[in-house]
Amino acid sequence: MPESSLVKDICSSSIECRPSPLRQSSQSSLPLHRNYMLSTFCTEKNVQECLSHISQEVSSLGLPPVWMESGGSSEMNVVAVLNCIYDLIQLHRRGLRTLENMEVEQLKSSSNLDYLQLTSTQLKEQLELSKRENTGLLERERQLQLKVKSLQNCLKNEKEEVQKLQNIIASRASQYNHEMKRKEREFNKLRERLNQLLVDKKEKKQAIDVLNNIGRADGKRSLWKTEKTEAKHEGEMYKTLLSDYDIRQRELLLENAELKKVLQQMKKDMVSILSSKKPTLKDDQHQDDDIQADLEEEVFDSSKESVELYCVHAREKLTNSIRLQWRRLKSHVERLDNQGSLHVIGRSKNTDAVSRETHEEEMDRLKLEIQQCKDFIQTQHQLLQQQLSSPYDEEKASLLSDCYMLQEKERFRDEWKTLEEQRKIFERERRNFTEAAIRLSHERKAFEDDRATWLKHQFLNLSPFADSNKPQMSKSKSAFLISSAPEKLIKRPSDTTSPTPRCVPLTSPSTAELYPTLCLVPENRYSV
Amino acid sequence: MNFSEVFKQSNQLCKVSPDGKYLATCVQYRLVVRDVSTLQILQLYTCLDQISHMDWSSDSLFILCAMYKRGLVQVWSLEQPDWHCKIDEGSIGLVSSRWSPDGRHILNTTEFHLRVTVWSLCTKAVSYIKYPKACQKGIDFSRDGCYMALAERRDCKDYVSVFVCDDWHLLRHFETETQDLAGLEWSPNGCVLAVWDSCLEYKVLLYSLDGRLLSTYSAYEWSLGVKSVTWSPSSQFLAIGSYDEKVRILNHITWKKIAQFEHIATINNTKAVVYKEVEKRPAVGSDDLSLHNITIGTTLFNTQSKYEICPPPVQVPVVKPDPDRANPKIGVSTLAFSSDSRYLATKNDNMASVVWVWDMQKMSLLAVLEQTSAVRCFQWDPRRPRLALCTGNTKLYLWSPAGCVSVQVPTEGGFQVQSLNWHCCGETLILLGKDQLCLCYMDTDQEDK
Repeated sequence: MPESSLVKDICSSSIECRPSPLRQSSQSSLPLHRNYMLSTFCTEKNVQECLSHISQEVSSLGLPPVWMESGGSSEMNVVAVLNCIYDLIQLHRRGLRTLENMEVEQLKSSSNLDYLQLTSTQLKEQLELSKRENTGLLERERQLQLKVKSLQNCLKNEKEEVQKLQNIIASRASQYNHEMKRKEREFNKLRERLNQLLVDKKEKKQAIDVLNNIGRADGKRSLWKTEKTEAKHEGEMYKTLLSDYDIRQRELLLENAELKKVLQQMKKDMVSILSSKKPTLKDDQHQDDDIQADLEEEVFDSSKESVELYCVHAREKLTNSIRLQWRRLKSHVERLDNQGSLHVIGRSKNTDAVSRETHEEEMDRLKLEIQQCKDFIQTQHQLLQQQLSSPYDEEKASLLSDCYMLQEKERFRDEWKTLEEQRKIFERERRNFTEAAIRLSHERKAFEDDRATWLKHQFLNLSPFADSNKPQMSKSKSAFLISSAPEKLIKRPSDTTSPTPRCVPLTSPSTAELYPTLCLVPENRYSV
Repeated sequence: MNFSEVFKQSNQLCKVSPDGKYLATCVQYRLVVRDVSTLQILQLYTCLDQISHMDWSSDSLFILCAMYKRGLVQVWSLEQPDWHCKIDEGSIGLVSSRWSPDGRHILNTTEFHLRVTVWSLCTKAVSYIKYPKACQKGIDFSRDGCYMALAERRDCKDYVSVFVCDDWHLLRHFETETQDLAGLEWSPNGCVLAVWDSCLEYKVLLYSLDGRLLSTYSAYEWSLGVKSVTWSPSSQFLAIGSYDEKVRILNHITWKKIAQFEHIATINNTKAVVYKEVEKRPAVGSDDLSLHNITIGTTLFNTQSKYEICPPPVQVPVVKPDPDRANPKIGVSTLAFSSDSRYLATKNDNMASVVWVWDMQKMSLLAVLEQTSAVRCFQWDPRRPRLALCTGNTKLYLWSPAGCVSVQVPTEGGFQVQSLNWHCCGETLILLGKDQLCLCYMDTDQEDK
């Protein structure tokens, strides 16, 4: 029964609050077993104590006391007790009611709480959701803004395009208008001319008035227009075209050949460069073999140069091999670059120092050289200045002038003297020789004349009448006249072979007599 | 450098004969033929009206004088001054007149480009070519004088006719893929014909001599296109100058673009040499202003100028053209290759006072010449890589790879050089003013910077 349990509860709770004399006895069992409460609290022995205890408790609760101690009778006031019990029951009911109310309140509040918690979770979820939506919307807004910007750009471009097209249209329109106006003007002129022609009575005909026909420029006669000439024209036209194509093809061939040569040269150079790098690269074994193969290929290629190179395959082979070589060269150069940078960065200081040292030594040496050269130039300059700016001492100057050349001058002077003498001697000898030559020619002539005369005499003497001419034999008949001797000597030295008895004067002296007159030393004496 | 005295001429008609011996000038209605070295007058001919056009025949024996207003062409003979020839086009009018390459036929284009009349001076025979096109350059003769290309337009379509100049036999006649053909030019070797469209469409077509289309080149669409086209003398390159201020070079093997030269306003190229003409005004002191000096002293107003080398970056003066006008002054209008094809000189119309010289071996900018006023004319020496240019003032400018020089033309009364022509031997320059001409004899040694 609920009331009894409740009473038990209250009792247990009140007993626990205040230590009672009964505590000792019921201490062990009371807190645990509530059901035993009523039976063990009051026994026949402890009625008085129980009564006093209860009256204390009742009075503490605010109710009129149940039992007064002064009475001495052990009999309780039943009315008071009943009242007390009734009050207690009222109290108990009130308590229960308040407990109910409180429980109801509690239930209410717990349900409120649950409800609130539920709503709060719901609201949190909603908040999350709305936050997500918000970010989504923001994202969309951003994208839309971007789109707007791009569309604006497009719009601007389109506007510009439109503007440009409008400008084009405007310019074309103005051009068309201009053309139209021009055509209209021409049309008007044509109309006027037509009118004029219709009105004009006499029409001036076309005419040509030439004084005389002139010949064709190339001098040939003009030909009739026939099929043959037409065919000839066609032929010539095609010939022109063909020769032009020919020339072009030849030029292109030459150009191709040159370019191929250049490519071959490049390939050779690249191969040589790569193969020369062989000892420095350890990891190029396979490349060496390729290079060897290439070199062999090289030799092979050049042997069938003229025919193969015009073939497409050979061309492709060449370009491919060039590309290959170029790639190799590129990778090689890159490797060198890397190595170089590694050297700069990661190598030991020693080598750095060495390289720098040598470099600096080199620099110092060069600087020293430069300095020396500069000093040398300086001294030279100073000397030159001294030379130029030295005080002008006439005597000394005249002595010192050309002092460097003195010896040479002396030598030249001597040589000149000797040469002069030689020249004089040569002159003299030449004169002598010419005179001798002249004399020789004279003598020859004289001799010839003498011979001629002698022969004549002989011939004449053969005849029986030639005795009187004998004494004249000693006299030689020269063709020269003494008066005009010098010129004639010079003029007729070649006239040695022709005997000219006609010009021989009768009283000419002998050649021997002539010599001293002409102051000539006879070199040869002819015995006539 | 020597300058001859100043002679009169009219209409900028002053031409040296193809053999280089004679100089023909027109003064109103007279034709004066002088000897080039002595400048003595050898012959004097009188025409019936003011001469509009004058040209030598290819063998230097005849000169044609065309008078467009009266529709007359008179031909004079140098050997026989009494010989005369007069071609009257009658009521049909005359718009242009030229020699054929053999020097014995004259091609007259009638008014409104109705037809081209071919007059023969040997036989007095006449041939007609119908529907010639009225465009920038509708007729071109190949350099060897064998073929003539003529642009035609029939039924709103462009055609090209190739004639054999020997007997005017029509060799080929083909349609071109152009909207509105603006010009055609033979390559110097005579095997390729370049045909280009009007500025409304960028299109350059290359036809072989037998009429086959070799290639088409179009750099871009819609914007204004080709402004000028020129072949290199070796026929290796075709330079195309366009309204986008660029020059594109095509090669003769693939007919594809191998280089593109841009004319930018700020030059940052360190390899190019920028010459800027700087004028030095002579200081005029107050005591110089005597009457004597003023009457004599055109030297007061003849400012000296010299070239200064500007270090990069250099800003080039740009004049923006009027966008509403047709044929705007923008784009590369003048291109000229040197005779050895090594250099290309260009002029961009919105940088009119600047001449750009490009090296064709390296395909890069070599020199920039910035003048004080707009460049009027430039021409390469036919023998060596030397460029002469003039800007309409009294000076003559010469550029060579060694350097650049500005020479004052020493004439009294101020001779404004408006155009110039080299003599075929490359030693003489003919300078033309408004109505004067002057010869400049060069020395063979080069100028200094």
